Amino acid sequence: MAGLSRSDVEHVAHLARLGLREEELATLEGELNHILDQYAILARLDTDDIPPTAQTIELENILRDDVVQPSLPVEAVLANAPERDGDFIVVPPVLGGD
Amino acid sequence: MAALLRAGETTARELAEIHLAAAERENHALNAWLSIDRVGALEAAEAADTRLASARGEGPPALAALPPLLGVPVALKDLISVAGGQCTAGSRILEGYIAPYDAHITEGLRDAGAVILGKTNMDEFAMGSSNEHSAYGPVANPWDLETVPGGSSGGSAVAVAAFHAPLALGTDTGGSIRQPAALTGIVGMKPTYGRVSRYGIVAFASSLDQIGPFARDSRDAAALLHAIAGRDERDSTSAPVPVPDALLRLEQSDDEAAAGLRGKRLGLPREYFVAGMDPDVERRIREAVAALEGAGAIVEEVSLPHTDYGLATYYIVAPAEASANLARYDGVRFGPRLGDGDVLANYLATRGSGFGPEVKRRVMLGTYALSAGYYDAYYLKAQKVRTLIKRDFDLLWEAGFDALVAPTSPSVAFRFGAKMADPVAMYLSDACTLPVNMAGLPGISIPCGLSEGLPVGLQLIGAPWSEAELLGLARGYEGLTASADWRSREPAQLAQAADPAAPSPAERARALAAH
Repeated sequence: MAGLSRSDVEHVAHLARLGLREEELATLEGELNHILDQYAILARLDTDDIPPTAQTIELENILRDDVVQPSLPVEAVLANAPERDGDFIVVPPVLGGD
Repeated sequence: MAALLRAGETTARELAEIHLAAAERENHALNAWLSIDRVGALEAAEAADTRLASARGEGPPALAALPPLLGVPVALKDLISVAGGQCTAGSRILEGYIAPYDAHITEGLRDAGAVILGKTNMDEFAMGSSNEHSAYGPVANPWDLETVPGGSSGGSAVAVAAFHAPLALGTDTGGSIRQPAALTGIVGMKPTYGRVSRYGIVAFASSLDQIGPFARDSRDAAALLHAIAGRDERDSTSAPVPVPDALLRLEQSDDEAAAGLRGKRLGLPREYFVAGMDPDVERRIREAVAALEGAGAIVEEVSLPHTDYGLATYYIVAPAEASANLARYDGVRFGPRLGDGDVLANYLATRGSGFGPEVKRRVMLGTYALSAGYYDAYYLKAQKVRTLIKRDFDLLWEAGFDALVAPTSPSVAFRFGAKMADPVAMYLSDACTLPVNMAGLPGISIPCGLSEGLPVGLQLIGAPWSEAELLGLARGYEGLTASADWRSREPAQLAQAADPAAPSPAERARALAAH
């Protein structure tokens, strides 16, 4: 499988919402390719007829009763907010602008 | 300790004071603790003493009915929520965050009357095998202060090994309880996936993470597991499987425990004696296996043919899940928020500066493995290979094996910096432990001797929900080796850690790097 180019690394960093410095991108390009080389071993296995395993215990669709439960203490939750206005968390504008 | 408390020979307050004093005295040299809660611990200890005194007044039946952990100190890895306290997960991005609620297991410990001493150091977001990836500095191993304690639950392991706490909790995603337990000479267990509720725990890889106990012997580990295990409505992956009371009834007599090994059928997976394994570690493991055979256990060599694929599979599945789990650290609702106000710029700045190098590496790997065009080749392929790895184990349980015996780690504790330059070398530290997470099985590491003065861990792996049986085997091996010389050894450099002039682990690591 083809390796990751520098622009691939930048693209993945953008997808992951990681602001990386030049030297971090350069280091990651080498390290990620080294790690991806280790993955090549998996291609040796024929897995066409093997179902994937996402989890190991056979529990499905666990639903709780629709009963009102106490929620987290509002003041304690808001105390962690980087910016607040009364009982609201202030967030940067997501829509609009210009 | 529980017996001394019940007999009135010591008090919970006295136990808390002794352990707090040791932790405070040695933390500059070991860095095992990220926070020590002296006030909360002493309050909990006094409440325990009140319960003990009232039960003592009522007589022996009331004393016997007290929970086993009442008044016993415990250390928590700093990714377990304790209401009103910090929960950094070893990361800058959670600096200043105060947990608004208790984790399920924290509630369980409080109900049991355990005394929470504080929160322990760890690799950032539990990603690492040496504790060198903590944003708050490395942890030193009390057996040799220039070596790592393993990771990611390195602080919890050292807290127990250094006698700062008799019990600790950690999490294990690929070996993060068992490997540090092995490297610090104590007992550490990863229970079956689904055994313990993860409500209130910082998530790393949700199909693999499991909480488990550290202790200095199997009976203490079993009592701690009993206190935290069981179904919890708030974690839909916690399984409705009864928690066996046998965990509280492990054999007390060494001879009886060892006699219980007779007739047990143990598999020795040949793939776990990997190339590059330290030959002296292999000798200790083979000696332990010979001792088990000598006690009447039936040991047969077995094969887990897909073991070699475990590392690659794990390092796709775990980073993929981590990249999704760590998306929540965005500086919007909690934690520091950096940037100039534009939402994308804020994300990039907050995450770019809040995460350390190993977390960035894994988030990048995981994002790539899940990205358009690569999902089938990496993530789906890894999930299919995971099925093959799990089937290898299933066949052995169907064949009637009671447990598998293997090394926990291919090496003893290594020096600071030894594996930091090459992520793949670090990842190999977990080659013998991560298949157990991939298959969702319980595994335990127990001490089995020393190699050049450093502890070696023996790993026992069992079928799903067989924790009590595994701990019974561990207890058997303890009984068998009760008089071995290495059992009475304490961490060789613990006394040096008490020296107020001793360098910090970060200073030791820098000095080693300069050579």
